[in-house]
This record gives sequence, structure tokens and C-alpha cells, in this order.
Amino acid sequence: MSDNLDIQENPLSDAPEMDAEAKEAAANAAEYEHGWSAEIDTEFAEKGLTEDTVRFISGKKGEPEWMLDWRLKAFRLWEQMEEPDWAKVGYPKIDYQDAYYYAAPTKKVELDSLDDLDPDIKAVYDKLGIPLGEQEVLAGVKGAKKVAVDAVFDSVSVATTFREELKKAGVIFLSISEAIKEHPELVKKWLGKVVPQRDNYFATLNCAVFSDGTFVYVPEGVRCPMELSTYFRINAENTGQFERTLIIAEKGSYVSYLEGCTAPMRDENQLHAAVVELVAMEDAEIKYSTVQNWYPGNSEGVGGIYNFVTKRGLCQGDRSKIRWTQVETGSAVTWKYPSCVLNGEDSVGEFYSVAVTNNFQQADTGTKMIHNGKGSRSTIISKGISAGKSNNTYRGLVRVGPNADGVRNFTQCDSLLLGDECGAHTVPYIEVKNPGAQIEHEATTSKISEEQMFYAQQRGLDEEEAVALIVNGFAKDVLKELPMEFAVEAQKLLAISLEGSVG
Amino acid sequence: MLKIENLHAETAGKAILKGLSLEIRPGQVHAIMGPNGAGKSTLANVLGGKPGYEVTGGSVEFMGQDLLDLDPHERAAAGLFLGFQYPVEIPGVSNVQFLREALNAQRKVRGEEPLSGGEFLKLAKEKAGLLGMDMDMLKRHVNVGFSGGEKKRAEMVQMGILAPSLAVLDETDSGLDIDALRVVGEGINAIMRPQGGAADKGVLLITHYQRLLDVVKPDLVSVLADGRIIETGGPELALRLENEGYDAVMAENLGAAA
Repeated sequence: MSDNLDIQENPLSDAPEMDAEAKEAAANAAEYEHGWSAEIDTEFAEKGLTEDTVRFISGKKGEPEWMLDWRLKAFRLWEQMEEPDWAKVGYPKIDYQDAYYYAAPTKKVELDSLDDLDPDIKAVYDKLGIPLGEQEVLAGVKGAKKVAVDAVFDSVSVATTFREELKKAGVIFLSISEAIKEHPELVKKWLGKVVPQRDNYFATLNCAVFSDGTFVYVPEGVRCPMELSTYFRINAENTGQFERTLIIAEKGSYVSYLEGCTAPMRDENQLHAAVVELVAMEDAEIKYSTVQNWYPGNSEGVGGIYNFVTKRGLCQGDRSKIRWTQVETGSAVTWKYPSCVLNGEDSVGEFYSVAVTNNFQQADTGTKMIHNGKGSRSTIISKGISAGKSNNTYRGLVRVGPNADGVRNFTQCDSLLLGDECGAHTVPYIEVKNPGAQIEHEATTSKISEEQMFYAQQRGLDEEEAVALIVNGFAKDVLKELPMEFAVEAQKLLAISLEGSVG
Repeated sequence: MLKIENLHAETAGKAILKGLSLEIRPGQVHAIMGPNGAGKSTLANVLGGKPGYEVTGGSVEFMGQDLLDLDPHERAAAGLFLGFQYPVEIPGVSNVQFLREALNAQRKVRGEEPLSGGEFLKLAKEKAGLLGMDMDMLKRHVNVGFSGGEKKRAEMVQMGILAPSLAVLDETDSGLDIDALRVVGEGINAIMRPQGGAADKGVLLITHYQRLLDVVKPDLVSVLADGRIIETGGPELALRLENEGYDAVMAENLGAAA
């Protein structure tokens, strides 16, 4: 499977340069709102990456032998691989031996309720404006709808809530570390089946050193009674983050999963290489929503997260459906293509994306829709917003296999430019091996016009409010696909991300 | 409420307004007429604070404040409304969302409490009704897919909701058929000079044609030519312009000045 899934090399890619003068000009631009660091004791693995590091991580987590073997196999593969350079992003060479690969909060306790949460960690959430308590209040107001939060803090889960209710429904919602111990048969069956160990450099690295993440299993016919949610946060200096998520939706089941994150300010670049695997069986549906707000670096392009993520969903069963919705505002460098492999007949893949880049951010993101099943359909809606001196690339692949009759795809890529020093690029790859496929691609590039700005300002909005309004309008087709709780947060995030980008 | 004195302004390096003076008192409708290129739209844009227009001399006082010292959104909050000749489309943003955010932004600047969703919808429904616009239309995106007439009607609904003390309407009658013109004209009357209401609002009505003035009766009519007001009179001046044309009035004026 893996050979089929690699995105095509882009021979035209080149790395944008950052010159000192340009940096200076952006110096007055927006500062990161969530830029602070909480003081929580952290236990590190030694710097660098060797077989011993992999053994240390596995041992620290008390993993069974088969898991360690799996990690070591990946590590040996990774040693033979080369870092890819086809994306339209440029960054200093990463010294993989000069990073930490494991950090865990030392106060690790099982909690009965959120009240027992480490006060420091609680304070972190409060500062972020996403306190766990608020989620419960929100749920109360909205009646039956609840949000379960599995708080991943610095690589290790420290709080899990609503577990009882989920248990009643038969839904398994655990950290991946727990799942390895409690449900080894499920993990063994699916781990690495959607994103194979040798898939790509960063995914392989993740296989070797993944720290923690989430595991969800929804049994046949079960509609998950609440939105599942995880907040990620990097909190230790120089700590590579390697989240691993696996979601399995059995026949006729449904689950909606929300992932959101933000990180504190610091100067050194941090590598984040997550792997997310989704499996949807017959008639199953998975919605995976992300609001990504990793630290993007300061206004001069210093620091910020490198976000090299592999996300892929397998629509294995007939009439199965996977929808990716993402709002990407953070990270210095983003390399991310949430994809769907549509094996089932009449299966459906959807990708809704808003990617915002400001200052010196670089984003190369998009999706792959691999149509193998007859009558499979996909929709791609991508909205790229570039400001400052940033670069924003949509890169997407629509592939139709020879046996996939009656395939349909609709792709719309819109780019919005703020100012005249940023870049927007669209790189669609289309490979059709079945003549019956119906593929549509639409693309637009526009600028926020002076006329629009003046119109909104004349009605009473200040400059930043006017930009926020226009940008949110531009991104509306995507934002409306987000669950309510996220949509509000996402709108605010768009406005915050673009602060200082006008005038 | 509005006092313009010896205003000079240029755009793209070209002087357009060359010593324009004008005063509007509460309750007055003041029509500005004049040939193309005289500076009518420039006047509206300068009052609104549009980027690209530079004031090179003179002063503008609005409600006791130095208008030229305010940012565009502050001018709006102070009670200035600009009716656009070519209203702009904002895709993805409904009229309801746009106007509620705009109104609450204005209220914030003025130190007033924001309107709740319910309060706003009630207000919007009432004002839309004045212009014969239904709520479905208000739920559509700002000016997207609107006909010329609908856009102008929507402008007037915006004016009704934002309730300015001074409306500067830049050729609001352009692109309207006779029926739409009547609806818009009556809308202006209902919003800016309500029957039995306090006569405390002012209107600066920029137009080419007498037909709007048949519905919105001006108190004063001024002729703008080559960046200056060359003559001001009562409603009869507009009729004379209609009958004799700008050239005759301008020639006479220039003759008198000589």
C-alpha cells in the first residue's frame, strides 16, 4: 500500500529565503498570544536518537515486547531514509541528534475528576482560555451534547474524563499507551495499517519514538454519544513531540473527534511529527476536526514549531465516510496532507481546510484522495490566507484507480492575499486511470481590496475587525463544517493570527 | 452639525477639491449637484476618510469634533454614514452578521452596551420593512448577487439600522428604475426625517437628477463645479439646472464673479 500513497515529488519546489531586511520590516507585527511557559517538572530522555533512546521510551512506558520490536523495526528503517525536500518550505537543517525524544510530567497520577488536576496544568489551560471546566458548562447549556476531554499534556495523558459514559456505550477512548496494554489485539491489528511504518521519513520517525496520543474504538452500530476532544500542548524546551492517534469506527458506527493545540513561546525550533490513522468500516462515519495553533515563531521568523504530520483515513467499508476539517493557523513550518483512501464502494472522503500564514510562516498543506472503490466520491475545499511575508501552498492529489468506476471529485482552492509580500501557490496533481471519472477543479486567488476594507470601516469596524470579518467570510465554507464549540474558537484564532497584518 | 470650510483635497497627486465650503444644520437636506468630474464623489470619500485622498487644506467640523482627525470607523461611530455609489460585496458574510458587528462596534466606541442577537434582529426587521426588504434578503451575503436596485435598497436598510445623524448619499439614485427610486427616496425620508420625529438629522444628497429631489425635498441645493460650490439656492435651483443645464448656471456664475 505504501508505495501507492506517497505524494508525488515536486520538481519545482524551492526554498524561500528570509533576509535580514525583511525580518526587520515585520518586527512590529503581531506577537503570539499564548507565549509563556509554565513551570512543571519534566523528566527527559537523554538527548539524541539511538536504539537506546527507543528502548528507554518503550521501557519508561512499560510497553510489551511486541511494541518495542515494532518501534525498533521502524527506527532501523528510519536510519536508512532521507528527509524529504519536495515541499515548498525552507528551514534550517534539523539535527536529530540534538533533540530530546521523551519528556513526561513527573507528577503522574490517575485522577477521579478534573478537580484533582495539577494546579499548574490547570492554570495552563485557564490561560489558554480552554479550561476543562468550561467544556462541561458548555455541555450543560447545550443539553445532551457533551465533550470528553483526554488532556494530553507534554506527551503523557494526565486526565481523562467522561470515561464512564463512554464505557456504557462501549466506546473505548484511551491514551494510546493505555490501549497498548489494555487492548493489544486492536492496536496490533490496526497500528501502522493505514500509515505503514515505511510511509515517509517523519511517519517512520514517529513509529520509532512516538510518545503518546489517543486511541478510539467505536464498536459496531454505536453512535458515539459525545464529541471526543484532545488538547495537545508542547511544554518542554527542545522536546520533539510525536503524537500517535488511532481511531477505528466499526460497521455502522459514528464518531466525531476534535483536536486542538497551542504552544508556549520559545526561541528554539521544535519538531512535531504526529501520525494519525483512521479506519472506517462499512457504513461508518468519522469526522476529524483540528484547530492547530502551534507557536509560529515571532514576528521576525525566529523560533516556532515544525509541524510535519501524516494524517490518513481509510474508508475500508462500503458507504463509509471520513471528513477532515482543519483550521491551521500556527507553526513556523507546516507539512501536512490529511488524506482519504477510498477503498469501499460508494465511500466518501471530504477535506475542508483553512490555512493561515502570517509573518514568516510557511505552510505546504492539502490532501490526497485515493479512489479505489467504485462510486467513491470526494470533496476538497481549501482556503488559504497569506499575510506578511509568508508562503502558503495547497498541494493535493486526486487519484482514480483503473477499477474505480463512477468516481466523482470536486475540488475548490481559494487563496486570499493580505498585502503584497506574501505568496499563495496551488499545486494540484490529478491522476486518473479510469475514463469514467468526473473530476472538477476550481481555483481562485484574490486580495482583500481597499474598497472592501473602507466599506467595512465606514460602517463602524476598525481595521482589524474589518480584516477578521472579511477573512471569516472567505473561510466560511470550511468553518461551518466545524462543530459549534470549535467554530467560535476558530474564528477568534483567525483574527488573532492576522493581527498586525494590515496597516 | 457639519461645517466644511475652504476644503482642499487631492487624489493621485491631482487637486480635486479647491476651496469647498458648505454647512449643514440639523434637520436640513442639502442637495449637491454638478457635472461629472466636479468632485462630488471625492467630497463623499474625503468625508468618510477613504485612504488615497489627501486633505491639503481647510477644515471639517462634525458634531463639534474635528472630523479629519478621526479614523473612518470613528467617524461612523460619531454618526456619519456614507451611502456608496457602488456598494461593495463581502462574500461569506451575511447582512445580519455584518450590520450587527458594525452596530455593536459603533456602540462600543460610544460606550454603549452591545445589542443582543434578539434585539438586533427586531431592529433589523423593522428597518428592512421600511424599505420593503424581507429577512431572507438580510440573511444573504453582503451585496453578493444583488441587483443594482437591491444594493441601493440594502444601503438604505443599513442606514436605518445604524441610525446616523448625518447621511452622505453619493448618487444613491444611480441605477434605479422609477419604482425603486420612489422606494429608496421614501426610505430616506422615513429614516432621516421621520414624520413627527425630532428634526435633528442631516442629509447631504449627491445627485445628478431632479427626480430623486421630487421625493426627498431638499432645503438647499448647491452646485459643485471644479472643486468649489459655485452657487447655493432653494429647491428651485435644482429645477433650473434640470431645465437649463449646468453650463448655463455655471456661465452665469462665472459672469457674476468676473
